Amino acid sequence: MEFVPITKQDQEVMLAKIGVCSMEELLKCIPSSVTRARLRLPPGLSEPELLRVAERLASRNATSKSHVSFLGAGAYEHFVSSVVRYVFSRGEFLTAYTPYQPEASQGTLQAMYEFQSLICDLTQMDAANASLYEGGSAMAEACILALRETERRKLVVSGTLHPEVRQTLSTYLKQVGTQIQEIPRADGISDIKEAGRLIDSQTAAVVVQMPNAFGCLEPVRELEKAAHARGALLIVSVNPVSLGILEPPGAYGADIVVGEGQPLGTDLLYGGPYLGLFACRKELIRKMPGRVIGMTRDAHGRRGFVLTLQTREQHIRRARATSNICTNEAMMALAAAVHLGSLGKEGFREVAFQNLQKAHYCLDRLSTVRGVQPLFKAPFFNEFAVSLPADPEEVNGRLLEKGFLGGLPLRRWDPSLRSGWLLAVTEARSREQIDRFVQAVQEILS
Amino acid sequence: MKRDTMVMGKESALPVGGKTPHSPGRLLEPLLNQLGSPGRRAFVLPALDVPVKPPETLVPAGMLRKTPAPLPEVSERDLVKHFLRLAHLNFSGETNFYPLGSCTMKYNPKVNEEIAGLAGFAKVHPYTPDEAAQGILELLWTLEQQLREILGMDAVSLQPAAGAHGELTALLMAKAYHDAKGRSRRKVVVPDSAHGTNPASAALCGFEVVEIASDKRGRISPEVLRSVMDEDVAVFMVTNPNTLGLFEERIGEVASIVHSKGGLMYLDGANMNALLGLVRPGDMGFDMVHVNVHKTFSIPHGSGGPGGGPVGVKEPLRRFLPSPIVVKENGRFRLSSAGPDSIGRVRTFFGNTGALVRAFAYIASLGSDGLKRVAEGAILNANYVKALIRDVYPVPVDETCMHEFVASAKELKASCGVKALDIAKRLLDYGFYAPTIYFPLIVEEALMIEPSETESRQVLEAFAAALVAIAEEATSYPQKVKGAPHRMPVTRLDEVQAAREPNLKWSPGESS
Amino acid sequence: MTDLNQLKFTKTHEWVRLEGSKAVVGITEHAQGEISDVVFVELPKKGKQVKQAEEAAVVESVKAAFSIYAPVSGTVAKVNESLVADPGAINRSPYEEGWIFSLEPAHVQEAETLMTKEQYDAWVKGGGH
Repeated sequence: MEFVPITKQDQEVMLAKIGVCSMEELLKCIPSSVTRARLRLPPGLSEPELLRVAERLASRNATSKSHVSFLGAGAYEHFVSSVVRYVFSRGEFLTAYTPYQPEASQGTLQAMYEFQSLICDLTQMDAANASLYEGGSAMAEACILALRETERRKLVVSGTLHPEVRQTLSTYLKQVGTQIQEIPRADGISDIKEAGRLIDSQTAAVVVQMPNAFGCLEPVRELEKAAHARGALLIVSVNPVSLGILEPPGAYGADIVVGEGQPLGTDLLYGGPYLGLFACRKELIRKMPGRVIGMTRDAHGRRGFVLTLQTREQHIRRARATSNICTNEAMMALAAAVHLGSLGKEGFREVAFQNLQKAHYCLDRLSTVRGVQPLFKAPFFNEFAVSLPADPEEVNGRLLEKGFLGGLPLRRWDPSLRSGWLLAVTEARSREQIDRFVQAVQEILS
Repeated sequence: MKRDTMVMGKESALPVGGKTPHSPGRLLEPLLNQLGSPGRRAFVLPALDVPVKPPETLVPAGMLRKTPAPLPEVSERDLVKHFLRLAHLNFSGETNFYPLGSCTMKYNPKVNEEIAGLAGFAKVHPYTPDEAAQGILELLWTLEQQLREILGMDAVSLQPAAGAHGELTALLMAKAYHDAKGRSRRKVVVPDSAHGTNPASAALCGFEVVEIASDKRGRISPEVLRSVMDEDVAVFMVTNPNTLGLFEERIGEVASIVHSKGGLMYLDGANMNALLGLVRPGDMGFDMVHVNVHKTFSIPHGSGGPGGGPVGVKEPLRRFLPSPIVVKENGRFRLSSAGPDSIGRVRTFFGNTGALVRAFAYIASLGSDGLKRVAEGAILNANYVKALIRDVYPVPVDETCMHEFVASAKELKASCGVKALDIAKRLLDYGFYAPTIYFPLIVEEALMIEPSETESRQVLEAFAAALVAIAEEATSYPQKVKGAPHRMPVTRLDEVQAAREPNLKWSPGESS
Repeated sequence: MTDLNQLKFTKTHEWVRLEGSKAVVGITEHAQGEISDVVFVELPKKGKQVKQAEEAAVVESVKAAFSIYAPVSGTVAKVNESLVADPGAINRSPYEEGWIFSLEPAHVQEAETLMTKEQYDAWVKGGGH
């Protein structure tokens, strides 16, 4: 299958205009000293053949359609309106480039401005950018900003931050000599006393995730006090869905809010593309990474939107830019805007409410199974850890056969949590599914 | 920032939703929060079917949100109308010719969208046990093999989310490589024609950036390179074809200069479309390369993203690849954390799999011969457009180009004061998106044109005719060009105002 | 009106005015024209020590950022806070309202290495960048 519309006749006309006799002559711009490629890829496929190959591969994966899933751990299954899929499929958004010519890109620009506004509404922060890659690199960017803003060299990071976010942060920052200290975990949350000992006058930022990687709610107000008392910034990573019922970070003094925006209308996609959220206080906006859209007027006084504060960016500042980011995740931001628009004020609250109720129902039911216990006592939102009286990997294997995707075996993150099993329950799980799941767990364990 | 927002009272006096004087029928669209009314819903959840407990018995009251997030409340009908009308305000690759240099705005095949949307790919959780994700793992593993073959590299990481992310990943690997040899290196060299991401990525890794001047023919000068090349240089970052669209003819010599000092050769693969099936980076002396799957391999650009920036490396760098990697053993596939020398993770989860599925589909549909015809078509189309306009828009380095070329509006600016920016804006009136302008920095009044292989001869001729017509207008009615665009939903926007007093969000409570 | 003949100029288009123990710094009329509309000024922190020809501030237009170098070495004494709200003052009044910061010079004699108004004008006319 090919997408090149140049016929033999076209080629002759074009070569003649260019002033060469053949394609070979044109390709003489590649010197003969350079080895020519002879690719050994399989022959190209027609559309029906390609679909057959793809469908065969797709059929060999367990999905949230083929199985009833309790997997979360940073990526969540939620109900999404068909309107999101419809808008996402529109070529006017999907096949446009970054809106460098604003007059021909008002649709994208306004949608991104609306996305920024919606993220501010959720987080109660002053400004948001138009997206970063995903939650992990968004956190790294937030820490880089904090290090620059405070001119300090140390980060104090909660041990309950998602391990993959922590690892990403370490990859980004160990190269530039940043000291990263970890707040130990006590019963599933940051040990606030230890935090107080670690935070000092060299701390650029205190980093915490809310709810944390184990689903637990963190003592964010205490961490805020400890951070600000020493002149450090507070960086909070949020699950945006939780903000339907949990206090927004702007209300408890966060300086920068980041997060994984996947739960706002993006599919699971085996890990990406997702949506890096980034919001901050107004004093920091000129140091924000990534693209930012602003409202302004045209020559006739009509309102319009442009990319603004561009001097922060790599195409102008080059080696001195606030970040190297260029391509972002605009389509996921668009999906989030449509998704939030579809839920509205009441729907967004209700999603969070249902998550809270169903997760607690599920834990109550699971706790009735002999040997299953909550791993931590801290309050939680839509995700919680239990300990199993059997190997969680084996339980998952058996569950898979029964049509369920079980929770995340926590020893994958921390070998000391050998029997730990992390389960997410969103509004997408019905009571009947939860009951069947608990029954299946019971059968496997007995 | 003085004020968060413009005074919205003034805002409402604007002719929002009214007809614009120059484009009958083109309407501006109100903001989403101006469409709502309390109580409207576009999506209704199934009723809660578990016993309800008061939230304050589950979560400490102090942690509960006091007032709901003030989201717009709109009906489904209004939601669809809103975003569709916004869609209509955009030019896009699908609706317009989009000759944006350095961006490879080729056609994005529909079948790839269908494949990426299959539940078996779209609805797979990243922590699905390997035995239940064999299909997606096989696809990713196969894509790695495809890219290794196309790039002439020994190993590939699919994780980076974009080109700049790929640069960062590769530079971190280069740093680890030199450190492991027992001698850390501090510098990265880039040509002055490099993409801005190159120096930005190098700086992010803590490297000092050394920029070298291009020669008179826009190429890397081996002589200048030799003068800065020492044993403190970790990497030389090269774009080939370079940002003028020219093949770096002395690339072999350049590679041996860099290698003789123990440095690594890095290819910014932004222009890989010109090389597909013709030349492999690995055969040109490159040790590392990133490709932008959203340029070369037809992933839609999505108004700015997402994309993907896989990195390929030669054998000596394999052990530094980021974690995790896909491993095939006894016909089974699994994700494995990379070895002890790995630079670690550069992101959460595996990668931009949704984009990678499309890249796999694109490569599989073209095969070796199809990929070669892509590069040939891209080169032919670029040279054809150049031939059609070069008499009117001089091309500073007027040689056979690869997939793109850079013309200059310098003469028009001198003769009638019309700048590259004005030409770009006027092209919009003719229904064409603008070329990349003012880049590369080494060409004055640069117009960087990349037609891509998927455009027909008729489109290219119409585009060239528009450019020629604009040059004529510039002479006879320069004000018309300087005031362009005239037929877009808005005219030129006040970017000074936008930057001086940033208005980055609507005001809360502005609904209705 | 400032008597421009009292100022000293750098090849990087800053001016400096010695006022008692202070050296007041801004950019020239020519420079503001090249930059066009200033949208933001990144001011140095008070007390920051800078060496001659080292970056001390950044002036931004919509599409570019310009480093402002210290004409003489010293410690930043005052910064022009009004530029935060009104960066356009640099365009309107580069020699008065648009001053950027002042220094306690470390070596006043460094100013002697700079150009006079006449020398600067001639240098700009000669196409100096």
